[in-house]
Amino acid sequence: MKLADLQMIAEHEVDFQRACKHRINVCCSSGCVHFGAFKVLKAFEDAIKEFGVEKECKVAKTGCVGTCSVGPAVVIEPGDYLYQSVTPEKVREIVRDHIVLGLPMKEMLYRNEAFFKKQRRLVLRNAGKIDPSRIQDYIAMGGYSALVKCLATMTSQGVIYEVVSSGLRGRGGAGFPTGQKWSLVARAHGFPKYIVANLDEGDPGVFANRALAEADPHAILEGMLIAAYAIGAEKGYIYIRAEYPLAIQTLQKAIAQARSMSLLGESVLETSFKFNVELRFGAGAFVAGEETAILASIEGRRAMPRPRPPYPANSGLWGKPTLIQNVETLANIPLIVLNGGAWFSKIGTPKCTGTKCFSLTGKTNNPGLIEVPMGITLREVVFAIGGGVQDGRKFKAVLVGGPSGGCLPETLLEQPIDYDSLTNVGAIMGSGGIVVLDDQSCMVDTAKFFTEFCVDESCGKCTPCRAGLARIKEIFERITQGNGKLEDITTLEKSGVYIKEASLCGLGQTAPNPVITTLRYFRDEYIQHIVEKTCRAGKCFKKEGEV
Amino acid sequence: MLEKAMKEHDYQESALLEILHKAQGIYGYLDRDLLMDIFQSLNLPPSHVFGVATFYSFFNLEKPGEHIVTGCLGTACYVKGVEEIMQAIEREFNLKRGETTADGKLSLFVTRCIGACAMAPSIIIDGEVIGKATKEVVIERIRLSLGGAKVETR
Repeated sequence: MKLADLQMIAEHEVDFQRACKHRINVCCSSGCVHFGAFKVLKAFEDAIKEFGVEKECKVAKTGCVGTCSVGPAVVIEPGDYLYQSVTPEKVREIVRDHIVLGLPMKEMLYRNEAFFKKQRRLVLRNAGKIDPSRIQDYIAMGGYSALVKCLATMTSQGVIYEVVSSGLRGRGGAGFPTGQKWSLVARAHGFPKYIVANLDEGDPGVFANRALAEADPHAILEGMLIAAYAIGAEKGYIYIRAEYPLAIQTLQKAIAQARSMSLLGESVLETSFKFNVELRFGAGAFVAGEETAILASIEGRRAMPRPRPPYPANSGLWGKPTLIQNVETLANIPLIVLNGGAWFSKIGTPKCTGTKCFSLTGKTNNPGLIEVPMGITLREVVFAIGGGVQDGRKFKAVLVGGPSGGCLPETLLEQPIDYDSLTNVGAIMGSGGIVVLDDQSCMVDTAKFFTEFCVDESCGKCTPCRAGLARIKEIFERITQGNGKLEDITTLEKSGVYIKEASLCGLGQTAPNPVITTLRYFRDEYIQHIVEKTCRAGKCFKKEGEV
Repeated sequence: MLEKAMKEHDYQESALLEILHKAQGIYGYLDRDLLMDIFQSLNLPPSHVFGVATFYSFFNLEKPGEHIVTGCLGTACYVKGVEEIMQAIEREFNLKRGETTADGKLSLFVTRCIGACAMAPSIIIDGEVIGKATKEVVIERIRLSLGGAKVETR
């Protein structure tokens, strides 16, 4: 395929879509599939035939719309009518009233406009709009035109310049400036060079990367292709959790399609640029998301981190220069190339540009997948987008950044969401989990839960993380069984700091965050557990078998 | 079939994880003999292959029961009370998480997040995800599966 062909496909697809009066997008991402989305999809296909409107309607299987708690979600275009909790039984009525009679069924529409109002969808630009299994859908939305622009009009340095000026920082959690990383790998000596797209979303409670892969796999591939062009890589790996079967299938299909259209392969778009992508499957190790651990895993070894330097930019996969990026970072790249770094740098805050995807879960009224501009406050996310706390209960804390994030109280809700502000209050951006806790959650129990997680997931290589976290866990067991001592609080605090400072990798360096933040903001609960031996949320001090 | 997969990967050490995935896909779990075959074919030290197989929690080293129940212990599920459901299952069927009943009918496992957080708490029964689960519903479903009755799903 040549450059001109791509344009033709886009035009043809747009014409084809215009010819359809209605487009029915059925969300078929993992969440909605569990609610029966495939049966709803089939019901729509049957119903449009039954009413004889199959010529003017297109039923599409799309990715995540975002409103995961009211699935299966269905969007009917034009007009973006979002139907919630659609059942196969209701489908016939929807087709009859909405499509045939032109009367949308108001009582089934999602009315919570606030959920979308404060969001800004860049990474998720196509999520819920295109059929991820059709590359034509992606091309029609302008997909792969950024790649074309790079190959036809830009030098590799020019691409890197745009990424640097965009101010984009790594979305995997650490927030390293992406452009700087690219220049390091581009300048590094050694051949071949590799790209690793990190989709090992091991944080419990986070599903933003999975949703992205299921909704818009080509955005990830296009981002990888542009990165490869910029740094001079010929081979890329997408490292994905084996627990994400639907995302794996979607990506496999996307790779095959891109290959068949010579967007991947020995001669990309009939130019001298070549690039191939392979999938590699994780196997349930949280630490494998760490950048040196992911390399070990791809090389077929245990996912154990190693000390840096040397950094992967100089010595990564098989000792060669390697660029490791989270898939969300990569999905931003086509937009930056198309609109320019300067455009991107105006979104978000000056030091933290762009948007961030979060999975909003826990005791929130509107759990789901959201994308917000950097700098938005936690309060806006929890109360405006999330619609407040479920069942009218009292807000207690918000957990930002997964199992090694921080538990922040109500007084910190005005904090803007960006890498530096979150780090200042003891949390981290992490890979994008926001969990809302209400007054039924015990903060001591929550910190214990995360510590247990980190003890399980510690790879065991360095002592502070392996032994230190285990001691913290023992102290928590003591406290929650009524055998705590007041000195335990000091021990927890001290050990937390030691583990953070002395651990080898990001897992150990952040694992004590929940302990440290709960001690900082909810100290009275610890004291109550130790002195009064009571738990105001009623979670602790249970005998075996008691619920 | 496994031999073919190893050949495809050219017996490369770096393909070890892919081969273990493939092996578990074919046989359901990785027993000692299977791992021995793999380290011999790939010409790797046994410690390396056993090390990798035991490091990753996705690999089962023992034969799982006929029916598999997995509780999602991700944050969202935990906050929404999956622990109570897990304890109820343990009491009801008299087994602990990570175990298989003596008759080999039922295994109870835990996983760290399946990413269906908006429907928390989630329990997976024989591959089917039960979202917004309650202990009553889950126990009833497990009973039905064990009884061999076909379960009608949405």
